[in-house]
This record gives sequence, structure tokens and C-alpha cells, in this order.
Amino acid sequence: MTFCYDRAKRSPQDWRQQTAKTTDSGYERPQQGMNQASSDIFGDYDPNGYFCEMFGAPGAEPLTATELIRSRLGRMRSTTLKRRAKATDRELFNLGITFTVYSERDAIDRVLPFDVIPRVISADDWSTVEAGCIQRVTAINRFIEDVYHERKIIRDGIVPADLVLGNANYRSEMQGMDLPHGTYVAIAGIDLVRDTDGRFKVLEDNARTPSGVSYVVENRHLMLRAFPDLADRIGIRQVSNYGMKLRQALAEIAPAGVEQPRIVLLSPGVFNSAYFEHVFLAREMGVPLVEGRDLVVEDGFVQMKTTSGLKRVDVIYRRIDDDFLDPAQFNPESMLGVKGIFEVYANGRVALANAVGTGVADDKALYAYMPRIIRYYLAEDAILDNVETHLCREPEGLAYTLDHMEELVVKPVGESGGYGVVVGPRASKAEIEEARKRIEARPENYISQPVVGLSVCPTLVDGGIEPRHVDLRPYILTGKESWVLPGGLTRVALRKGSLVVNSSQGGGTKDTWVLE
Amino acid sequence: MNSLLSRFAENSLWIARYIERAENLARILDVNETFARDEQGASNWLPILQLHQDEKRFAGRYRTVDAANVVRFYILDDQNPNSISCCVRAARENARSIRHLISLETWTQLNVFYNWVASLNRRHVNLNDLSRLCARIKEGCQLHYGIVNGTLYRDQIWSFYRLGTFIELCDQTTRLVDIKYHSLLPQHEDVGKPIDVAQWNAVLRSASAYHGYRRVYPHEMTPRTVASFILLDLRFPRSVTHCAWQIGHAVEGLLQNADLERVNFAPAALDGLSELAAWDIERIIGFGMHEYLDQVQLRLIELSEAIDETFFLSRYSAA
Repeated sequence: MTFCYDRAKRSPQDWRQQTAKTTDSGYERPQQGMNQASSDIFGDYDPNGYFCEMFGAPGAEPLTATELIRSRLGRMRSTTLKRRAKATDRELFNLGITFTVYSERDAIDRVLPFDVIPRVISADDWSTVEAGCIQRVTAINRFIEDVYHERKIIRDGIVPADLVLGNANYRSEMQGMDLPHGTYVAIAGIDLVRDTDGRFKVLEDNARTPSGVSYVVENRHLMLRAFPDLADRIGIRQVSNYGMKLRQALAEIAPAGVEQPRIVLLSPGVFNSAYFEHVFLAREMGVPLVEGRDLVVEDGFVQMKTTSGLKRVDVIYRRIDDDFLDPAQFNPESMLGVKGIFEVYANGRVALANAVGTGVADDKALYAYMPRIIRYYLAEDAILDNVETHLCREPEGLAYTLDHMEELVVKPVGESGGYGVVVGPRASKAEIEEARKRIEARPENYISQPVVGLSVCPTLVDGGIEPRHVDLRPYILTGKESWVLPGGLTRVALRKGSLVVNSSQGGGTKDTWVLE
Repeated sequence: MNSLLSRFAENSLWIARYIERAENLARILDVNETFARDEQGASNWLPILQLHQDEKRFAGRYRTVDAANVVRFYILDDQNPNSISCCVRAARENARSIRHLISLETWTQLNVFYNWVASLNRRHVNLNDLSRLCARIKEGCQLHYGIVNGTLYRDQIWSFYRLGTFIELCDQTTRLVDIKYHSLLPQHEDVGKPIDVAQWNAVLRSASAYHGYRRVYPHEMTPRTVASFILLDLRFPRSVTHCAWQIGHAVEGLLQNADLERVNFAPAALDGLSELAAWDIERIIGFGMHEYLDQVQLRLIELSEAIDETFFLSRYSAA
């Protein structure tokens, strides 16, 4: 079916590309010695001392895993590359794969910029990432369960009580509630970066509603349509079964005794900036995309209004925050939620993914304790390191931060989307002074980290191919067990030299190829 | 497991109604400009306001009932929920919510059409060129039906779309006849005068009934034959008889969905509508045209309420 569809969609332009390819002499032949390197599109490419996802560590032999992809890309003319890149841009817009940017005055639908040069991860590297992510999510789930039950980790003095109980995302309502398989975080996104030595490090945990997975799947479709020749027989692990896997994980956390759970995706509605992703996920899972007004609590269950009457809903993948979930329990002003839903949840008659109160685990201050949390619950060392973190809530951390402002990245603990981050080496004197005042006023609200020499990836820009910094967000699904989508979202900072990859701050994405 | 969210069913029904309403308006504005002129050649725009019960709203926003104002009110005015601009926007917003249930072509066309309508301003609404503008609006609406007919998957969504289409058509037809019939009934001395025929011509064209009428009544044009054709000819797609038949058909198709097997939907309004659709013109005239049309309108309102109650679960909507 898919095959036919793709063929039918071929336009005359694609046909011309095919012709161009065959006349492009030597294009399909394997690389014949290094003497050709200077004439290819990577000829002037210089990773500038950073670890490069395509070539490897500075000074070392180029990576063997990416050799074939490199040589195929290298032989492509830059005009071909640009033409195909333009076509992918147009396709994104026509398909309406857009996100909404809110400025003070208006909301504009924008395409998330897509870079056509893939980010490649070797099978070896991936097995580390995979194991590390599963370990981390397992520990996070154990931690949250403990926090809302006996709080052993606090009693044992591993994590300070106020960090947990004083957290704005701590929900005392969850105390004592048992969840199937102890799965609080069914969908996690863990942001990884790669330092100059090429080691993956965790930058941030997302245990509430990590977004962006729709781009992972759509980017792959886009790539395979635009560069079938580049991907041919490379052996790339597939990502298109994400919807199926998500549905399976959600079914596994359904209330006990429910045989064929009815699953829905709860969205804030068309005006949400991630609405495209909600539509995408509902479609991939084959479940209804509902809004708060489509659900009611009746007879002790959450029910969905359908043309054949009320239908019981067993599992809700909700893309709205705790605060807006239930006007009866949380923010009474919320128009997005369902009145009385929390009580049904507390009675174990509906499952929510992610659970209420998981925000207690993805706080930027708690992050610093993650290696200790992993050791505490799993008696293992963390497979993926943290980035060294100074907590301004602690006197030593505060002193160190204030003394080294020019070298550090300062982050507010409660924000997301890269807002409020001050990168010391790039900030002006005035910006640093301003940040210093903010930290002194509310030290518990800040952490600081050294600047990580984020790895780079060759990226197509106006001038040709240049290195741009990237990160990686793998997605981890947990029902009974955890599973990691082989790939994840590679975000790329498109502005030259920029380290900020957030889409709201000039970032784009790349397709992520995990090799078999 | 093949349940359809009530809201989506509602969206589908309202896309059909809004587009139908927009098309109808475009046709009436066009026809009024071209045909509905009196002996002095002046056209009378008041009936259009009466047709939509908009006299009050209009008076609050414009001073005189003239062509320029009425046309602006019905094509451009964002403050008038019955304007073409508002109808098309509402149709597009409804479609946005069920983008995943309609074809890409349906969405794209509606989106492009909406963007064009939204871009219209006073300069585009030139009275000397009104006919062409109305033709483009009608075309946009008709293109929409064509795409929906050609691409929409025939499940519940389709049935609700059909219900919306024919409830709206029936509503528009009865309103049109109600306004025009009495004002055009010949005074004794006027019978057979040319203006009379021109006015009835306009009524037929307003309902897109002219060519059909000519095939059935090639030599005759009396209030009786015109009213009979517009209201009761089963083969005329906007007649009460045809709409009632299609509505019955749509309900039947809807209830054939496996998911709705156990739904009991047999509102009295449905039988009432069929019964009214079976009357002949003599009986209607005997009963009183206005009273008859009132009965049809009441059945439509009751039917809509029954649909809201049974399928859209309106009782659970927040007060």
C-alpha cells in the first residue's frame, strides 16, 4: 500500500532527479581512495575542534560507520543537495507539518527548518544510549513511586526533602496511589549532548509531556522520499512503528481487569502549538483525538461523548499539564480539562499518561542528584553521565557560580524551551550582571553548568556545508517494560556558532539514522 | 470500537450547513441585483434582510437599505454571523477540527477558498461586477461539494454531512418562498403583467430552479406552478419533498452503521416532515402558504434538536 502511494506521488521533477543521478559520473561507485576528498562537498568542511557526528573526534581517523554515507554525500553536487533540500521544505509546508510561534501580538504557523544531512549513530553508540536511557527512566519511575509512597530516598538522606516536597510540581494528591507496573512516566524524552570526547551526556530529563516525536517519524518519511539513493541498503533502524509501540505501552498501563482498553489522546485543541503532533499521534495510534469538552465523568468513569452515546475511556494520553487537567482538583479556571477526572483516576478507574505529579522528577535541580538516584534504586552506576552541575541552592554551588559567571551556562530550574538561559562566554557584561542579580535574589531557582562543547554535524547552509551544533532527544516508552525508539530527535542550532537548539530559538531538526 | 466523537459529527454537519448557506447567499445577492428590479428599474433589497431575519442587526450597523450596504453586510461584514465571510470561516474552522477525517483535497480547497474570501475588501465588492464575484463564491462552494462527494469516506461523517446539507437546503427554500410568495401574489389588476413574470423568474433563479422549472412547465408561469415546483417537485434538489426524502435517506444510512445499531432515533419530526412533503399545492394554499412553511420550519428545528440530543449528547454540554 505504502509502496503504491509513494510511486503515485512521484512527480516529473523526481524523474529528472533520477536522470541527473545516473549521468552524475561515479556517483554510485564506492569511494576510491582519499585523494578525491578535496573535490567533494566536504572539501572545506572543518569541525573546528568539536566532535563531529559524521567524521568523529578531531584528529582521529574518520568514523568507519559513516563511511558509505559520507562517500555518497560527498559525491553529490551541492546544487543537487540544495534542490532536494528546497523540495523537502516545500513538502513540509504543503503537508502542514508546522508549529505555532507565539509572539506578543500574533501566532504564526511555521515550518520547523529541516536539514537534509542526516545525523548518523553507530550500532555500538546506540546500544550505550539505549541502555543508559532505559536505566534512567527505570530509576525515575522508582523514584517517583517512592516519593509518593514511603519516601525512603528522603529518609535515607540521598535527596533533600525540600527539593521534592517544595517542588511546584509535587502533587500531594498522589500520595499512596498505586499505579499499574509502577509506571508513572510512560513517555519520556531524555536530552543528550555529546562532548568533545564524543561521550554522550544527559543534559535534561523530560518526564511530563516531551514533544517532538512526530518530527522523528515525519523527517524519516521526508528523507526517504528525497534521498532514496542515499539511504539505499544502509541498514537504518525503522522509526515508523512508534505509534504502535505507544499504543501498546498505553494499553499495558490500563486499569487492572480491562481487557481491550479504549485509549484516547487528550489535546488542548487546535490553538496549541503542538497540535500537529497531537493529530499525528492520534492517527498513528488509531485512537480518537479528544478535547476536554468531549469527556465527562459519569457513573464513576471518564466517558467520551460519541454519536452512539457515552463510551467509557480507560487510558488517556494527555497532552495538557497537571494544572489544567481537572478544574475540580487543580486550577479551577481551566477550560481544557475534565471536571472530576482526578477522582476517577484516584479510584484507579482510568489511567493517565504521564501520571500526575511526574514533574517532580524532571526538575533541573533534581537532575544533579540523578546519578545518586540511579545508584540508590538500581545499585548501578549511571551509564550516561550528567553534565557537571552546580546547585545555587547550596552555598558552595552558589559561590562557585557567582565566581565563574563568564564560563558557565546559567539555567532557571522551572523553565523549558531554552528560555532564560544565559551562556556566560557569549553574554555581554550587562547580561551577566543582570543574571547575577537574579541569582542572588532567588538562588534556589538556578543551576549552572560548564559550557559543553556540543558535538557538530555537517549541515547545509547558504554557503555550503558547515558544522552546526546538535543534541539528541531519544524517546522512551514504558508500559510493563521500557523501549527506546531507535533514533530520536536531533535538533540543530542553525545559527553559526549557536549552542541553543530549541525550535523557539532558531533551531531546526535532522533525520537521525541509527545503523543496524 | 468504531465510535465517532460527537463533536466531529457536529463539525461535519456544520461544514455542510455553512457552505450551503454561503452559496445560497451568493446566489440571492446575484439574482437580486440582476432580476429583482421594479418598473422603475430600482431593485428592492429589503426582502433579503427579511429572509435572514437580519433587519434589526442591519439597522444597527447601516443607515440605508441600499445595494451597496446590503451587499457589504452579506459579503464582507465580520460582525454579521450570516455573512459569506463568516460562513466560510466557520466552515473552515469546523473542517480544521476534523482534518484527520476528511481528504487532504477537501481541506486544502476550503483553506484556499477561505483565504481568498478573507482577502476581499470594499474594492472587490463593486456593484457593477457583483455577478462575477458571486459566481466565484458559488464556484468555491460547489467545488467544495464536488470534492466532498468525490473523496469523503462513506461512514457516519458522510451521513452527518448529508443531514447538514439537506436540513440547510430545506430551511433556505422555505424561507425564500415564505418571503416572496406573499409579496408577489398578484393584485387583481396586475395579473399577467410582465413584471410579475420577471419577479417569479427571479425567485426561480434564487433557488437555482429556473432550468428545471422550464423543463416541467415550458409554457406556464403562475404563482401556483412556481410554488408547487420549488416546494414539491421530488426531482428538484432543493424542494421540501426532495430534502425530506434525502434527510430520511441520510438517517437510514446513519443507523446502518454497526456502531449505531442500538441507537434509537425515530423522532416525530422526521415523520412530520415526510408527511408535509407529501402534500399537494391545493392543500397548501387551502391551509395557508405561510402556515404550511411554518410547519416545515418547526419540524426542521425539532429534527435538529433531536439530532443534538441523540447524537451530540447536548445534555452533557456545560451550561
